[in-house]
Amino acid sequence: MIFAIPLAWLQLIRERIRLLVAIAGIAFAVVLMLMQFGFRDALFKAAVRFHESLNTDIVLISPQSTALIAMRSFPRRRLYQAAGFEGVESVSPLYLNFGLWRNPINKSTRQLMVIGVDPMAVSISVSDTPHWQDAIKLADHVLFDAQSRAEFGPIPELYRQGKEVTTEVSGRKITVAGLFRMGANFGADGNLLTSDLNFLRLFPERNPGLIDVGLVRVQPGVNTKALARRMKAALGNDVLVMTREEFAEFERSYWEKSTSIGFIFSLGALMGFIVGSVIVYQILYTDVTDHLAEYATLKAMGYRDVFFYGVVMQESLILSCMGYIPGFIVSFLLYILIANATSLPVWMTVERASLVFTLTVLMCTLSGAIAMRRIQQADPADIF
Amino acid sequence: MEPVIQIQGLNHYFGQGQLRKQILFNLHARIEAGEIVIMTGPSGSGKTTLLTLIGALRSAQEGSLRVLGQELRNATKEQQIQIRRQTGYIFQGHNLLHALTARQNVQMALDLQPHLSQQEVRERVEAMLCAVGLGERLDYYPHELSGGQKQRVAIARALVGHPKIVLADEPTAALDKKSGRDVVEIMRALAREQGCTILIVTHDNRILDVADRIIHMEDGRLSETTIGVSA
Repeated sequence: MIFAIPLAWLQLIRERIRLLVAIAGIAFAVVLMLMQFGFRDALFKAAVRFHESLNTDIVLISPQSTALIAMRSFPRRRLYQAAGFEGVESVSPLYLNFGLWRNPINKSTRQLMVIGVDPMAVSISVSDTPHWQDAIKLADHVLFDAQSRAEFGPIPELYRQGKEVTTEVSGRKITVAGLFRMGANFGADGNLLTSDLNFLRLFPERNPGLIDVGLVRVQPGVNTKALARRMKAALGNDVLVMTREEFAEFERSYWEKSTSIGFIFSLGALMGFIVGSVIVYQILYTDVTDHLAEYATLKAMGYRDVFFYGVVMQESLILSCMGYIPGFIVSFLLYILIANATSLPVWMTVERASLVFTLTVLMCTLSGAIAMRRIQQADPADIF
Repeated sequence: MEPVIQIQGLNHYFGQGQLRKQILFNLHARIEAGEIVIMTGPSGSGKTTLLTLIGALRSAQEGSLRVLGQELRNATKEQQIQIRRQTGYIFQGHNLLHALTARQNVQMALDLQPHLSQQEVRERVEAMLCAVGLGERLDYYPHELSGGQKQRVAIARALVGHPKIVLADEPTAALDKKSGRDVVEIMRALAREQGCTILIVTHDNRILDVADRIIHMEDGRLSETTIGVSA
């Protein structure tokens, strides 16, 4: 019958204002943590959207390439060499470069990433435009990334209205022949997809014999990893061979390890955790202090210390749940807002939601455990 | 039969080292079961200290202090808690829990007795609050009650668990004459009913007549002469 009266709950709701402040504080910490983790995950997810849309099994890149924003080219001959391996179905080159896009409405320019592929090969997944390969075979026709940032102009809207959209990329007039979907990432605000020939028209300084990514399709039933290993051994040191998954992981680990972005967002989440802990500690400490005389009375009646620890723990658990729910809802809405505003793939995941809930409970119980020490100061001999 | 409270050669000190000051000097007393004893004496004479020692709220240092057959000198924490659970305390202030209603405050005392069913707890709490005249105020919060009513809730809380000893420190100090009188009458009636021993510390001359015995404390010494007062 020890917990017959929900003392923790009754004491919390007795001080309405303090409870609201506590909930607001915890919700703030929850939002901070969810946003920081959300941004970090979105960055990593956005960074590999290009890799995941590639229709390939094995990828060749230059050993000097570090990330999509810093690709070095390598001889196309290597790719044709790879085509000679047993088990290879087809190979195709992929060119990457940054071009200057002129917004057709307000004429401002902005940098985007231009992807040049062989229109004879299905090297990249495009779902929005049927017969897209035929469309980009036409000279100076490109596909525009419908998830690019709005600064490039309302291209998807204009295109869907059936209007012919023409503008300049790096000083050359082009026509939008269709749409595809990739989305902005931290390196590029938008993307264009076109044929290798159109790519070389846009960037005449580029040597067609030097490509950025070599795509290798493997025959069904062939062990991709083993084939990649064989290529690695045979092709020498001037080219890196990896599977598509390894290519994505290569990109992700660049952002995670070679830049401070991952660290900064984790640090931001840590700040949220600390701010939340301090708020919960303050609230619980004040609460215990306010009830010291009452606790001393209960001690005199024969209640053990463990009862009061239970009360503080229950209060911190109640606070963590009550603070988490509004924090979760606010973050959920902010994710939608940010995804719409930035074209970044930010959305709530079960893993992140449960991670932050665990951190919230940890934050509250940790603060509760520190605030508990105050209970020892409730001396029943003082109450007379 | 062993007395409920037996004090032999009890000394008590506050402070450490140079600042150590003796508060209680060689006290001897025995209080039998069912007795109502009032302890009087000027402020600072050590009355409250003795009360906290008997209630196992403070550890006894020298001499012997037996309460309900348990020696409290060198008693363990668990032994202290067992004594506290058999003791009802009534304080100068009511010391009620502000977040709880009258009913819940009284129930806090019964929740320490795990063998009671929820039904029994409910009945006993209501019966006790009716006995102190608060049958109509069961679900009132302390701030909705007058001073006398709060003190009556505190008495109900002290007595609901049928303690063997009730220790009261100035239970009437904050009350007017009529409420004060009511409070001690209730205490006496309920104590008689339950056969418990009551020790009251008070300055209030108006209530001395409820006592079987009056003992006097001055400068940490109990006066040997006890004045019998007819109840």
